[in-house]
Amino acid sequence: MKKLLIGAVMALGTVFSSVSLSFADELLVPTMSYRVGPYAANGTMIANGFTDYFMMLNERDGGIGGVKVKAEECETGYKAQVGVECYESYRGKNALVHTPNSTGITLQILQKAPEDEVPILTMGYGLSAAAKGETFPWAFNYPASYWSQMTSILSYIDSQGGLKGKKIGFLYLDVGYGREPIPVLEELGPKMGFETLYVPVAGKEMQNQSSHWLTIRKEKPDWVIMWGWGAMNPTAIKEAAKTRFPLDRFIGNWWSGAHVDTEALGSKAKGYLASSFTTTGTDFPAIQDMIKYVVKPGKSKTEMGMPGKVLYNRAMFNAVIIAEAIAVAQKMTGKKNVTGADVRLGLENIKLDEARLKELGLEGFTAPVIGSCADHESGGSIFVQQWDGSDWKRITGLIPPMTDVVQPLLTAAAEKYVSDKSGWTTQKCN
Amino acid sequence: MEILYAILIAPFVEMGSYPDLFIQALWDGFVAGTLYGLIALGFVLIFKASGVFNFSQPILVVLAALSLVSFYKMGIPAWISVILVLILFYVLAWLVERLILRQLVNQDGNILFMSTIGLTFIIIGAAQWIFGGVPSAMIVNELGFPNGSLEWPMFDGGVYFEMIDISAAVIAVIMIVILAVFFSKTKIGRGLRAVADDHQAALSVGISLNQIWVIVWFVAGIVALVTGIFWGARSDVSFALQIIGFKALPVLIIGGFTSIQGAIIGGLIIGLGEKIFEIYWGPLLGSGVEGWFAYVIALVFLLYRPQGLFGDKLIERV
Repeated sequence: MKKLLIGAVMALGTVFSSVSLSFADELLVPTMSYRVGPYAANGTMIANGFTDYFMMLNERDGGIGGVKVKAEECETGYKAQVGVECYESYRGKNALVHTPNSTGITLQILQKAPEDEVPILTMGYGLSAAAKGETFPWAFNYPASYWSQMTSILSYIDSQGGLKGKKIGFLYLDVGYGREPIPVLEELGPKMGFETLYVPVAGKEMQNQSSHWLTIRKEKPDWVIMWGWGAMNPTAIKEAAKTRFPLDRFIGNWWSGAHVDTEALGSKAKGYLASSFTTTGTDFPAIQDMIKYVVKPGKSKTEMGMPGKVLYNRAMFNAVIIAEAIAVAQKMTGKKNVTGADVRLGLENIKLDEARLKELGLEGFTAPVIGSCADHESGGSIFVQQWDGSDWKRITGLIPPMTDVVQPLLTAAAEKYVSDKSGWTTQKCN
Repeated sequence: MEILYAILIAPFVEMGSYPDLFIQALWDGFVAGTLYGLIALGFVLIFKASGVFNFSQPILVVLAALSLVSFYKMGIPAWISVILVLILFYVLAWLVERLILRQLVNQDGNILFMSTIGLTFIIIGAAQWIFGGVPSAMIVNELGFPNGSLEWPMFDGGVYFEMIDISAAVIAVIMIVILAVFFSKTKIGRGLRAVADDHQAALSVGISLNQIWVIVWFVAGIVALVTGIFWGARSDVSFALQIIGFKALPVLIIGGFTSIQGAIIGGLIIGLGEKIFEIYWGPLLGSGVEGWFAYVIALVFLLYRPQGLFGDKLIERV
């Protein structure tokens, strides 16, 4: 009898706890952050920009659709295995979307998303092929994939004296993230008539690049494109200057052009280029509100001076996309407490056009992001910015990707990815 | 035939055709080698005194560099900041002796090794909490190290010698000489060797084990500070510096875990070997060979001379 009673109490407890989880009056948005470890400087900026935006929405608007957002961090130290543990810890908790903040973690959890019905948003990172919405219904990489970015960078180089007959150095962190755009270079090299010099930098050598730059000196490339992260970036810029490589012929991707990469170098990095899809500075009403409601009152971990920096603003925009997707999901379903599946629909139906960006206080901040069932990367346009010795300055308009090159590559990669995965969930788009 | 030419002939032709690049590679390898030697030295000192592989040595490099820059940012003059860092490391050495080593004396070496792993995470957490994670520039100019570079024009190019690299090499050599003399000619140095050989026998002849441990951890802290200054100058001061710390592993295998001169010779073998191999033979293997080349050299040494070039050969009676 006693055992029966205990069993009944436990069963009731389970029922009530699951009910409370399902109908909790908050929107759970986990994010995998890394405030410790070798990449902490970058991770801290990203975590702050992301969580501050939701905190601001809670303070200013009472959340989204009247429901508060719980933006919860799970520390990964930028390690894939720990990221998977973070992901597992949110199973059954009605997480609305996952932001792994690492291509390595993304590749590990990508297959779990359809099973758990929680979308993964990898803004500006992750698997390029995830742009194909029909093959990857649960993954999104708004506003551009790495492959699109690489074609835009090549377009920029082409506009600066042509690519034909040139040698392009590709300096990359030798991990999944760094190797991701290689297929584009292999495809475009013969087509556009340039030769590529591949210079991989192992993670444990990222602060020790003298031989990599001696190789570059020996091979004399006309341009160097960098796919770096963390301490690899400032080290590369220093070594480039040391080997007398012209910094205005050295261009980083959007993860190789942040304030944390150049501020400590100051005028030594003057002229260095990088791509970006988000604007720096605090001259946007949305960022002003974050300062007013969250940063100044000391409600977040952000120090004054951090808002406006490249990574802070970019992470804020990641939060904007999620917030918008939740709002769209609420509107589409008529529910306030939406689920991961609802947010997936929201992500496919967001319409962050110029008018909406203005409404959100982000006019001119980025290119429009228009969601769709088939296209999970949206427009894919970027611009180029240049370090002037003290700050990043935008020097070009929006550079669209070479869609005719990227789309067939994405389709082939998506097909290849699912070819050996039986029972993979796809969708049909009209 | 073509492959044999690419391996056996082409690299040497290239060295002769572009001597500026070859000399630059030798210089860069020499500087990297002395800096690897410095990192390895920190490990050697602690291993000599306690037979423990100090897993926390790389994070001590980070702690030294971060605290130096942070003190300076607080408005404290650069050289006063250096003194404050030295005081901090003396306190840390004392705490390590009191709270860890004294408690674990006579325990198995693996337990002591595990304790240094624990210490690493404590230091990471504390340093992150106190100093934050934002990268900073090393204050080399403020410390009075010369700026700029020397250029030696040669053929179409030239060889560039960064002043900070010259400073690093000179200071590393001076430091190694001082430490070698200190540990071989002074009473404390001889005491340290006695403790390393047999701490119970050392105790029985009146050598203070606790005092020796504090001194050796403090000296390892000084080495960490010098390493932090020069590696920080090559990149920036951030937690990523700890990664470079483990570059000392192959150096230790080559030089031996107990030899100060072994640390520097091992460092130079790795530094010069990996630069030359990466530049002239690396492209044949798809580049990026530097990451594993050091371990290949170390493996060869393990096969033929497991105690390293200068390490003590262990002879155990059965």
